Amino acid sequence: MAKHHISTTINGEPVEFLCNTEQTMLDVLRDELHLTGTKEGCATGDCGACSITVDGRLVCSCLMLGVEAEGHAIQTIEGMADGDQLHPLQQKFLEYAALQCGICTPGFLVASRALLERNPNPTEEEARYWLAGNLCRCTGYDKIIRAVLDTAADMRGAS
Amino acid sequence: MAPDGTPDLKVVGTRPIRPDGVDKVTGRAQFGADFQLPGQLVGKVLRSPHAHARIRSIDTSKAEAIPGVKAVMTAADMPEITSEEAFVGEGPADFKDMSGNTMARDKALYDGHAVAAVAATSAAAADAALAAIEVDYEVLPHVIDVEDAMVEGAPVLHDDMFTSGVDPKPATPSNVAKRMVFELGDVDAAFEKADIVIERKYKTAPVHQGYIEPHACVAQYAADGQVQIYCSSQGQFMVRAYVAKLLGIDISEIRVTPLEIGGGFGGKTLVYLEPLAVVLSRKSGRPVKMAMTREEVFRGSGPTSGGTVWVKIGAKRDGTIVAGDAVLKFQAGAYAGSPVGPGCMTAFAVYDLQDVRITGYDVVTNRPKVAAYRAPGAPISNFGVESAVDELARELDMDPVELRLKNAAKKGTKAAYGPTFGDIGCVETLEAVKNHPNYNVPLGPNQGRGVAAGFWFNIGGESSATVNINEDGTAVVATGNPDIGGSRASMAMMAAEVLGIDVERVRPIVADTSSVGYCFLTGGSRVTFATGMAVVEASKSAVNELKARAAKTWDIPVDAVEWEDGRAVPAGSNAGDFEPLSLEDLAAKSGRTGGPIAATSSLNAQGAGPGFGTHLVDVEVDRETGHVKVLRYLATQDAGRAIHPSYVEGQIQGGAVQGIGWALNEEYIYDDKGRLENPGFLDYRIPVASDLPMIDTVVVEVPNPRHPYGARGVGEVPIVPPMAAMANAIQDAIGIRMTELPMSPPKVRKAVDEQAAAEE
Repeated sequence: MAKHHISTTINGEPVEFLCNTEQTMLDVLRDELHLTGTKEGCATGDCGACSITVDGRLVCSCLMLGVEAEGHAIQTIEGMADGDQLHPLQQKFLEYAALQCGICTPGFLVASRALLERNPNPTEEEARYWLAGNLCRCTGYDKIIRAVLDTAADMRGAS
Repeated sequence: MAPDGTPDLKVVGTRPIRPDGVDKVTGRAQFGADFQLPGQLVGKVLRSPHAHARIRSIDTSKAEAIPGVKAVMTAADMPEITSEEAFVGEGPADFKDMSGNTMARDKALYDGHAVAAVAATSAAAADAALAAIEVDYEVLPHVIDVEDAMVEGAPVLHDDMFTSGVDPKPATPSNVAKRMVFELGDVDAAFEKADIVIERKYKTAPVHQGYIEPHACVAQYAADGQVQIYCSSQGQFMVRAYVAKLLGIDISEIRVTPLEIGGGFGGKTLVYLEPLAVVLSRKSGRPVKMAMTREEVFRGSGPTSGGTVWVKIGAKRDGTIVAGDAVLKFQAGAYAGSPVGPGCMTAFAVYDLQDVRITGYDVVTNRPKVAAYRAPGAPISNFGVESAVDELARELDMDPVELRLKNAAKKGTKAAYGPTFGDIGCVETLEAVKNHPNYNVPLGPNQGRGVAAGFWFNIGGESSATVNINEDGTAVVATGNPDIGGSRASMAMMAAEVLGIDVERVRPIVADTSSVGYCFLTGGSRVTFATGMAVVEASKSAVNELKARAAKTWDIPVDAVEWEDGRAVPAGSNAGDFEPLSLEDLAAKSGRTGGPIAATSSLNAQGAGPGFGTHLVDVEVDRETGHVKVLRYLATQDAGRAIHPSYVEGQIQGGAVQGIGWALNEEYIYDDKGRLENPGFLDYRIPVASDLPMIDTVVVEVPNPRHPYGARGVGEVPIVPPMAAMANAIQDAIGIRMTELPMSPPKVRKAVDEQAAAEE
């Protein structure tokens, strides 16, 4: 069967790609576009390692088909820093040692950014429930939650 | 002053940003599945749907005929390996079993056991090939539970398994691979002296390491026999050694390049896919990439043992524990080699006992072969012993921390497994709990507080490091241990400390097997200790060379040169005669003073300091649902000396939370045919952020005299106490002793109902 020709926007850049009907957005990102910052931990929507945003909405890219990207604006971890200027969340994750192995980190950062865009002043509980779809097996979440809350405080102060 | 008497440290003990951090927050870091080679094929594994079955035949002809399929393999494509002990580091293994586990030969021994593999030009073609392979199975009776497997008449997995460690040697094969006994003093006589005896049996479920990154690799077999492997693992030298052994290839023909590892916790201390990818590449002439799905990770890799723990302890009225006895039965999965040995050795290690005995059984069952998991074996025996000690404290009406302090292991305590402890921090971690505010927070209804202490040996072992001084005075430190949780930072920090330069001027790398000396794998909480020692030694050698270059420049004896703050300074009678020469000055002129400056160290580190930790947890039990909520959690631990305190805290927090998952939710659920029913993160539930409070930590520092900066391993101790601490807290909350893990809502609810029925 012929592949589909998809036109979309990824990290602000217009992108075209070909994909099969059954190919997930995660597979398109990783295998066709070589954007391997988006990780596969389960491919069933349970771990959040493949988190991206579509028109600002947080989704697991393993639960989305590549063809569904047509006409939408996708954000991945590769678009989070502005050149060599890290996003405040990225910087804070480093300062707080909020990562150990780092495999879940892109998903947590994308999900955390989506949280702060909706809720610039989350409580600890709100942050924990928003990020409950992202699994981390290394950190016990303590330093991740602290980094997110401290970033939120900084960004509120800066705006 | 530091423990070795050197002046205060400038880098060690600070919290710099990790050198690989930016790569990991921007998505640039390459993990196992992120790497690719031009022309690579997709490799996939066919797995047994049966828990126990004889493989009568495998017909691959239809699969091979599918367009795009370039290679199909079975165990017939791998050499038959004779039995030989494999040194895996944290658990015994045998190369013959390892070969059989990577690809079943005559029998499939568990649901998920690999029986064939394919390589094709697309995932779709590979899937079609797997579906076209015809395996003729004779399904055999199976056994899942450890005690069922020990019963006479149980289905026998290996007809050549005769229990070792019993006299006389059994005449018939069984599923019990080994019996072992560790004994100190006269246990039976000691129990005669006890005023109170606690005796009970506990049970734990097998649990998976649960790393978020599935196993993945790319292998290329070239026409001249050279093999390249790119993979994530807990040791590139481990992968090289095992692939060489399992496929009969010389070690010099294999080069393994480590990719970033997305969690391991012991589960990546052995090979699954790598030998298959090499064989498929050899057969196809193309590079082959293989990655497990999450379902394959659950069905085909890990986990750690489940087991039963019978414990008997005796004490005097004043709380002095006079005797301990335990029997551990651990299931090893399909091949011998559960961590029952370390389970036995650690069981009573937090206590100073004269009379103690631990008996262990290593038992095979139709489950995936267990792999190391963080302090292998210790959490299982600890759950039993520390639950029993809590029961003892209740019987004695004694504070559980005071009871432990009264009996705690200390310098001079002889452990049941042999050694006499030197400087250890068991008492200090207990005191730290007592002095923490959490210890006195008032509790409400259905809330309870539990405490438990734990131990892990920590290991040293073989490590190498190379320090290259660059011509601008910066340095590259190469070691051979995958960075699983921040070890690049600690390596760079220790090098910077010795060289006397800013840590940002040291670039640490994890080198491939052909680019640095041998390093034993990342495990046993050894890297910061042992590989760190190699880094310190290599850095000292580099400093000696730098001093020699300065001496040559000044034309004074080398022993008249001292190294201070990254500069060579003339000393003694020459003091003040010359301007100090900085590392930059010496590096820039190295070509004229004798050539490039580089140093290596290869050593076998001895004297890893034992690790102790005590955890204190508050829970609230919902009697309606059986849900246990963690209200507060405190983990104290002796780190010897925290090189990078943030990553020490991180290890403690992560280990504690894995233990909370082990305590409350994680288990394998099998149907009556022995098939795993929950091979995914939805049904195998690891802790998520909303399950937890902050994890408070107190890092105690009782320096390890055998490390240049006093460091001890820290990664494993924190998973040891949580299960008992949680059970003890639940007992405190609702007056029910939970003896079986996981203490999941259905089990707690059932226990609450039974309690209510008994009270009526």
